[in-house]
Amino acid sequence: MNVDLNLNDDCRAMLSGDCGPALQFAMQLVERAAVVMGATDLVPVTFAHIDACFYAGRAHVDFARFMLDSGAKFKIPAWTNNGLVSLADENIRDPATETARGARELMQLYADLGCRTVWTCAPYQLPDGPRLADHIVVGESNAVSFYNAAVGARTNKYGDYLDVACGLTGYAPMCGLHTDEGRRARLLIDTTAIPDSLKQQDIYYHLVGTAIGLAAGKQIPAIDAVDPAVGEDALKAVSAAAAASGGVEHWHGIGRTPEAPDQQTAFAGHQPAQTVKVTLDTLAAARRSLTSASDGPVEMVALGTPHFSFTEFASLIPMLKGRKVHAGARLYISTSRHVRDLAAQKGWIEILESAGAQIIVDTCTYFSPAVRGCRGRVMTNAAKWAWYAPGMLDVEVCFGSLKECAETAVKGEVWRDESLWRELS
Amino acid sequence: MTQLQARVLYPGTAEGPVLWLDEPLSFWGGFDPATGIIVDNNHPQNGKCLKDTMLVLPATRGSGGTPGGVAEAIRLGTAPRAIIMATADANVMIGAAVADRLYGLVCPVLELPGKGFMSLRQAVAVSASTSGQILLLARASGDKHR
Repeated sequence: MNVDLNLNDDCRAMLSGDCGPALQFAMQLVERAAVVMGATDLVPVTFAHIDACFYAGRAHVDFARFMLDSGAKFKIPAWTNNGLVSLADENIRDPATETARGARELMQLYADLGCRTVWTCAPYQLPDGPRLADHIVVGESNAVSFYNAAVGARTNKYGDYLDVACGLTGYAPMCGLHTDEGRRARLLIDTTAIPDSLKQQDIYYHLVGTAIGLAAGKQIPAIDAVDPAVGEDALKAVSAAAAASGGVEHWHGIGRTPEAPDQQTAFAGHQPAQTVKVTLDTLAAARRSLTSASDGPVEMVALGTPHFSFTEFASLIPMLKGRKVHAGARLYISTSRHVRDLAAQKGWIEILESAGAQIIVDTCTYFSPAVRGCRGRVMTNAAKWAWYAPGMLDVEVCFGSLKECAETAVKGEVWRDESLWRELS
Repeated sequence: MTQLQARVLYPGTAEGPVLWLDEPLSFWGGFDPATGIIVDNNHPQNGKCLKDTMLVLPATRGSGGTPGGVAEAIRLGTAPRAIIMATADANVMIGAAVADRLYGLVCPVLELPGKGFMSLRQAVAVSASTSGQILLLARASGDKHR
């Protein structure tokens, strides 16, 4: 089956079993995947973000156990995605269940395999990660989109086990987004109809991300103009929203992202296959697609999908300092240990906990039993959370800006910043 | 007897009743490996059980969780006997390869695009060989579903 796949001596040695059964099986998986994906070569990879540490049944544990017992270790820096449980606070999920036990066992196995246990869906918020033009292996959809678009590192979307196999062997199939041809923009997103004042708002990036996901599907879109001054949080918002609504794995923000200094470069000299005009109506429709509930009392406000960043904490603090979350509502903020510790050094975690907020690390608000048990109205500033929650969690969702979420948590019912939505109702 | 040639994504032999899906399926979220039942409320074949079928589907819905869903179903014995897709998918293949290595349970995965795929729409039962030959059968032997 491998007549068309070129393998170097290193790969052949692994495949032959000379490097042990774990690397042999891992290389077989990479080889088979390359053939299915139509690759003729493998590419050395320098970083992996591992998704298979998220418990989805016994097979996940058995796979990691097989690799560990066969003597495997990650060959390249491999960082962990969220777990299903939090190792920092086992009470986030009933620790006695078989699922929670399995999830903890799985997380420990990946630590033993040599992963750096960052437990975050936003690994790009941590130092010493991948850089421009690095070939990497990522499975988490928002991180695939962010690394490709905002960092310019190169990854396809790797499913469970293949992420591990690539990380153990240090190779991935050379195809798709690893190649120059696979990375050029196909679809131009024309945002000239959107007022600059709206482009300064954090919600704009969630909405335009949702809109381009709906328009692009899996094609690579290029937003015609993104302010060079916008920060990583905006790029995170576009990446997560477009990956959720459309499966976008790479996008360009012309003027802002590293492979798109101008339209000519983003499209590698080609004409756009299609131009999609984003209007206020488009953004209003995106907003409606993220809101299943009418305004009213909330049970919960959920922030941090993908994980809340240091700069998002910095914005939230003045909104909640000296105030209290309403007695009938709960405020959950998901983040990584790394960012939580940075925020704690600033005294921010104490301020937020005094206000009644709960900070969750290692996992996602999605998987806490409080959210699992919630059947009421939830407000979030995260398009990704809003996109999936009605189907996955059976809750009603209101989407809003960070400020709206903070005020809503304090008031216990949805508060709207009228100046923000005048143009988008 | 009609014979079709599929591309082998993961080899094995299998035979059984055909379950045709009108739309792509997500093996993570849209399918419950504990029961083998399609739980995606928006799927036309919602409620159907994949266990012991020759599953014929256009594609999977993209999720990095697909390999885990497939491997877990094979482990639990709720999986199809074979998976035949119009569009090749590395994720389904990886799930099958992992289940074979860990548990010694084989679920062949085949790619069959175009007319060949459409000709399975009315098929009652099929067999699949390790080299990817698919035979249309009048009825499945040892068929517990009928």
